[in-house]
Amino acid sequence: MGMTLTEKILAAHSGVDSVKPGDLLQAKVDLALANDITAPLAIKVFEEVGKPDVFDKDKIALVPDHFVPNKDIPSAAQAKEMRDFAKKYSITNYFEVGDMGIEHVILPEKGLVIPGDLVIGADSHTCTYGAVGAFSTGVGSTDLGVIMATGEVWLKVPPTIKVVFEGKLKPWVGGKDLIICLIGQLGVEGANYRALEFTGPAVKDLSMDNRLTMSNMAIECGAKNGIFEADEITMAYVKERTSREPVVYKADPDAVYEREIVIDVSKIEPQVAWPHTPDNVKPVSESTGVELDQVFIGSCTNGRLEDLTQAAEILKGKKRAEGVRLIVIPGSPLIYKQAIQQGLIEIFLDAGATIGPPTCGPCLGGHMGILTKGEKCASTSNRNFLGRMGDIESEVYLVGPAVAAASAVLGRIGTPDEL
Amino acid sequence: MEIEGKVWKFGDNIDTDVIIPARFLNVSDKDILAQNCFADLRPDFGSTETTGDVIVGGSNFGCGSSREHAPLAIKSAGVAVVIAKSFARIFYRNAFNIGLPILESKEAAEAIEDGDTLSVDLVTGEITNKTKGGTYCASPIPDFMRSIIDAGGLVEYVKNK
Repeated sequence: MGMTLTEKILAAHSGVDSVKPGDLLQAKVDLALANDITAPLAIKVFEEVGKPDVFDKDKIALVPDHFVPNKDIPSAAQAKEMRDFAKKYSITNYFEVGDMGIEHVILPEKGLVIPGDLVIGADSHTCTYGAVGAFSTGVGSTDLGVIMATGEVWLKVPPTIKVVFEGKLKPWVGGKDLIICLIGQLGVEGANYRALEFTGPAVKDLSMDNRLTMSNMAIECGAKNGIFEADEITMAYVKERTSREPVVYKADPDAVYEREIVIDVSKIEPQVAWPHTPDNVKPVSESTGVELDQVFIGSCTNGRLEDLTQAAEILKGKKRAEGVRLIVIPGSPLIYKQAIQQGLIEIFLDAGATIGPPTCGPCLGGHMGILTKGEKCASTSNRNFLGRMGDIESEVYLVGPAVAAASAVLGRIGTPDEL
Repeated sequence: MEIEGKVWKFGDNIDTDVIIPARFLNVSDKDILAQNCFADLRPDFGSTETTGDVIVGGSNFGCGSSREHAPLAIKSAGVAVVIAKSFARIFYRNAFNIGLPILESKEAAEAIEDGDTLSVDLVTGEITNKTKGGTYCASPIPDFMRSIIDAGGLVEYVKNK
């Protein structure tokens, strides 16, 4: 029986020739990830396991990105706990403030995740790396603590849902709109315990930044992972970032899928996920009445260079609407630098934006853009849960970078065509 | 093991952000997490004596963020068991790993209401509504998850191997 892309990677990491949905595996981990919020609990678990050393100091990434630069005294203590652990065990991939960016932005950027890898992170958006043809999924801190000690994780092989994107993209429609559209169709629980395999002519030419956006939000319909087959675009991206040899797996022609979903992208206009679940999806044309207090462009979903470039193209020579706060947060120091070199930051500043240092920041209601009662925010992030960005009576509308930029100028949700 | 407790009823898609909002994640002290559990959605939860109580949720309980602080906050609040129509993947895993008992039962989750008193047999999965009557049987816990529970959580399971 043929295997799907996810099944192939899981089998290869478990020392077996083939797997099928439902199989329980003990898999070897190529990279284990934690951040300043999830690491402290994982460190406690690692110590309880009682191993004298971590399984491999080169295969653990610790990224202080959630409440860092330290937003308060307890956050400073958590960041220090992770820093001290990284030092004690000589963790190669610890990123101090200045080198630090959003975990799911910097790991692919630095070539630490490549095709064929199996990556487990104590962060639900670890599924982002499916974009480079890796199997990656999020777990809690106990799992991560055990992985840091043993280098292995137990996994149940998920059934795979194949998602075929057909047709030609309309203007201003990108990866964010495709994934929000899919989540709207599947529902927030629609892919629970399942793998998503993204394929089809419409994503064949899609850039890595757009693919990373799509895989990033696989968790928002419950999926364990959301994976693309590595192709020339992936290889070009990876080649300039690492000397490690990628392993490119392909789904077998007779692979068994639980179901197949076909989406004709030529019928999709920019999408908006309304409060308070990511599957509460409406097209932008039905969302233009939403007046805004804040627009946030950033996060592990849309804080990459291509996102900022698109937003800047729209904001060039324009000004944010009166009463709208525009917050732009580049996802990594490199992206920040490139945005300066390419003149994007100047465009943002001239448009009345404020620029934050690389951090998760307001996405999870951490810092740098919390909402109060009654406020509405159009955000390029991935979650619009009740109270996600602040007060329980605030509202978050999830959009792509083009709609976010246009909405900042309009003062309400809208498209660049309206400018 | 049989427990008896009062029900805190919640709806569908209870995400880990509402179980423990991010602003409380600057500490991992379990008692502080317990005090802030459901801080916005049910402000009375953290200030009420909840030892031995039961949480009943709808479908996709624990969706969203992987924060283990969520099941930890619930467990530290003394909640004896969480019953839901279904659980999100990461929460399900985390609950077993830290030793928070969880049971899946569509019928129980639909019939039970806030404030009901339940008696729950954690071994057989039998749930009895002592307020309104009605007995429900939760889906059996998979063998592998059972072995983690029997070991006393993932850490002990790994240590024993």
